[in-house]
Amino acid sequence: MSSIVIQDLHVSIAEKEIIRGLSLEFSKGEIHAVMGPNGSGKSTLAKVMAGHPDYQVTEGDVLMDGVSILEMEPDERSRKGLFMAFQYPMEIPGVSNANFLRAAVQARLPEGEELDAIEFYQRLYEKMDLLDIRREFTARSVNEGFSGGEKKRNEILQLAMLEPAFAVLDETDSGLDIDALKVVANGVNKIRGPEIGILLITHYQRLLNYIVPDFVHVMSEGRIVRSGGKELALELESKGYDWLKEKKGEPVGAN
Amino acid sequence: MSTETNSIDIDRNVGNFFYNVRSTRDAGVGLTEKTIDYIVDVKKEPEWLREFRKNAYRVFNSKPLPTHWAGDELKEIDFDVIRYYLASGEAAKRTWEEVPEDIKRTFERLGIPESERKFLAGVEAQFDSEAVYSNIKKAVADQGVIFMGSTDALKERPELFRKWFGKVIPTADNKFSALNSAVFSGGSFIYVPPGVKVKHPLQAYFRINAENFGQFERTLIIADEGSEVMYMEGCTAPKFTTATLHSAVVELVALPGAKIQYITVQNWAPNVFNLVTKRGLAMEEAEIKWIDCNIGSRLTMKYPGVVLKGRKSRGEVISIALAGDGQHQDTGAKMVHAADETTSNIVSKSISIGKGRATYRGLVHVPKHLKGCKNNTECDALLINSTSRTDTYPAITVRGTGNATQHEASVSQISAEQIFYMQQRGLSEGQAMSLAVNGFVNDLVRQFPMEYSVELKRLIDLEMEGSVG
Repeated sequence: MSSIVIQDLHVSIAEKEIIRGLSLEFSKGEIHAVMGPNGSGKSTLAKVMAGHPDYQVTEGDVLMDGVSILEMEPDERSRKGLFMAFQYPMEIPGVSNANFLRAAVQARLPEGEELDAIEFYQRLYEKMDLLDIRREFTARSVNEGFSGGEKKRNEILQLAMLEPAFAVLDETDSGLDIDALKVVANGVNKIRGPEIGILLITHYQRLLNYIVPDFVHVMSEGRIVRSGGKELALELESKGYDWLKEKKGEPVGAN
Repeated sequence: MSTETNSIDIDRNVGNFFYNVRSTRDAGVGLTEKTIDYIVDVKKEPEWLREFRKNAYRVFNSKPLPTHWAGDELKEIDFDVIRYYLASGEAAKRTWEEVPEDIKRTFERLGIPESERKFLAGVEAQFDSEAVYSNIKKAVADQGVIFMGSTDALKERPELFRKWFGKVIPTADNKFSALNSAVFSGGSFIYVPPGVKVKHPLQAYFRINAENFGQFERTLIIADEGSEVMYMEGCTAPKFTTATLHSAVVELVALPGAKIQYITVQNWAPNVFNLVTKRGLAMEEAEIKWIDCNIGSRLTMKYPGVVLKGRKSRGEVISIALAGDGQHQDTGAKMVHAADETTSNIVSKSISIGKGRATYRGLVHVPKHLKGCKNNTECDALLINSTSRTDTYPAITVRGTGNATQHEASVSQISAEQIFYMQQRGLSEGQAMSLAVNGFVNDLVRQFPMEYSVELKRLIDLEMEGSVG
């Protein structure tokens, strides 16, 4: 089974340890939610998987289909099938969404092979229709002047176009009102399936009402402190993160 | 794609190649009055021009190097080792078949004959000091449009040439306009009769082939009443270890209601000193637009200007400068408002890479007695590395109550987070940089004709390739 395996991961930024021995595994066809309070290291997990240069892995490994990805450049990880939806997507002034996606799709072709423009636009329009995105969107600069909802929807469009084997969605629900949240969740639900494994990082249970996960992991102080089925999210919702503190020290459930 | 290896090799070095071409006309090294006599004699020029040149030579000697302006790198030019005139002694040919083989090959490698067939109304190709090829499509010539080398125009159309020659840019404008006036050779002369709108662009290509050489072309474009013309120039030179000098003077005259668009894409080797004076004179309701793209060179000093002499005339400068490592692009614009209701627009974007330095110098002048004048100036700088440098010196003098000006400037950097974002989508660091830089200049690049914007994008990609790591 095609999977990502995170083994006893320790991560520091500027000498400060953020992730302290985290282990987690998810496979294609599954959605795993990682929940946790602010500062628990959730976003660090996403960034370190994608290869952000500011973070240092001091111990442990991240394997994609059995191969360590830690020595790979961020772009190589991406081309090998790992996608990350950003909590704060960057603006790229003057570069249209269509050109950006074209460059990204082109980067996946073997050297010397040119992208078929007609085919590309057909596929792009198809995915845009799926996500209820209007045509004029293609000509706008990447994320420039976008509302929070538009930015997140753009992340999902990129996800749909690049068709990765694995996707890490970093707080995709943050800053969205309920309508925007539904649109984004709807997009993810259309993409989910046997060909993709998704790691959904979120602070709130709210998102999980719309994207129902197969597994839920709770993160605290740089570790997974509890794992379970989707009902764990509801339990957290009613009891709050403080409830975890009392539970500390208990053996962590594996999935 | 594998069959194209050859052309890719050329692309990487852009204009960096040369063939051994023997020049039978050679003024030798260094600049004295004898050099000028040699040029005048070999070109069989009239006596008034000998006097004009010698006077310019004295002005050149009397003016100090403007090192307080751009910088000390000007001192790297050794005027005594430069050769001021090199040519084959043959007249410009009307067909490429007649052009000597090595010279023809040079221009073929640069893609000039191909572009001519595709989309140009006329082409002039200059090799070192003289035009080797000059041709205008018959349909355009039949409209009365004149397009020839300035050397030929001096002989064939002296009345038109002398009327405006040196009138927009006087000899003593600056040290390098004086140098050009002393030793100029080559360049284009264009005259567009009243009401004639030239549909396709006219193009000149300036190629430096020789080492220790100075190219001093002189271009004069006159658009008569209500006419329209677009002129494009491209320039390259091989990379030599010693300094090469390019010092042109370009004068534009837009008579009432005429429109001139002048487009430059230059891609000089990093040893070229590019010190060029460009100015246009816009009469009533006329319009002059400079679109200027400066890539390469050791130092470029160039500030295209428009003197807005007639009521309701308009001037525009759109400029892109890319300063690579060890290069200095000192560029900008001058807008001199000299009549009511004149408008000017300056948009300048620069990119500095490595230890590259980009300087914007703008001069906008609106005197007190004028009414209804408007200026808009925008200059944006992009710094790629922490060692990159940019400076902005806008000198905007707008007097009087009925005039308006607007000035915006920005300096930005491509952030590590932006690069990470693009890398996360699969682009290499170099590709990400390139894309961001192309995005930065995109709104200006769109104003170039299609063929040039493609070329420009490719040049930017090549420059950015070496900038990361």
